[in-house]
Amino acid sequence: MPFVIASGSLNGPATYLSWGWVGISLTNLIVMLVTVLVFVLAVLLPFPHDGDDE
Amino acid sequence: MATTEKMGTPVDPPQPPDDVDGRMWTNRLRTSFFGTYPPEKLLPDRQPAYVASWIYVFGVATIAGFIMLVVSGLVLSFEGPTWYHTSSTGHFVNSVHFWSVQLFMLSMVVHLWGKFWMAAWRGRRAMTWVTGALAFFSSIGTAFTGFLVQSNFESQWIAFEAKDGLNAVGVGPWFNVANAGQMLLLHVCLLPVVVGVIVVWHVLLVRKHGVVPPIPLEHDPADQPVATPQARS
Repeated sequence: MPFVIASGSLNGPATYLSWGWVGISLTNLIVMLVTVLVFVLAVLLPFPHDGDDE
Repeated sequence: MATTEKMGTPVDPPQPPDDVDGRMWTNRLRTSFFGTYPPEKLLPDRQPAYVASWIYVFGVATIAGFIMLVVSGLVLSFEGPTWYHTSSTGHFVNSVHFWSVQLFMLSMVVHLWGKFWMAAWRGRRAMTWVTGALAFFSSIGTAFTGFLVQSNFESQWIAFEAKDGLNAVGVGPWFNVANAGQMLLLHVCLLPVVVGVIVVWHVLLVRKHGVVPPIPLEHDPADQPVATPQARS
């Protein structure tokens, strides 16, 4: 929900961010950051084990 | 083949010798496939301990996303754009298709990054890595054509943003993003089959070669050379 609020109404035109020649829509940037975050969590979070596996 | 009869007594048809059976393509294909993939290898009960990783969960989530994409895509194909743009059930199935592709691409990228840092091409697994990369690139094309056939203003915007770039590299005459019919047929007939075949090929290669083991420690004490008497003195 915070992401939806941050990116504005999904029924309207997208919000674009620009730094010089770099331009990206806020929704695309959020998706990329979430992907990186999920990858970091997938590497760092311990995988649950059954007691029998030990 | 009809059974021959002599003097009213049924006679069994002549059986080809074993070497003839062995040369038949059905025999060779069966022997080759089930020799490489016995049932316990296709559906194993246990895996090595290092397979217990979130990276492989995302590999399976990618397959789950693909199945959801195919099922929801079939419903969209049968019902058509008018239905999925105007009815509430159509909106729901359209959204399922959209979010399935988000799940599919995100899971595949996380799986790909993880396998890259594991150097998953080690141990004669180069083709497993290559088919994974092919699945990724063909999925980009499939998703792109999907966004082009939404039949809304966004798909028009994407098409007319993309056409100049594609024309600049010379593929416009064969891959015309402004041709909605071509994009629709590629998206629903060809590209999902390509992705599906590559994914199945990838999974079969994983089953054949197994999951890549972890990279060994560079300074494993067991690998240290034993000091010679001269070195000690």
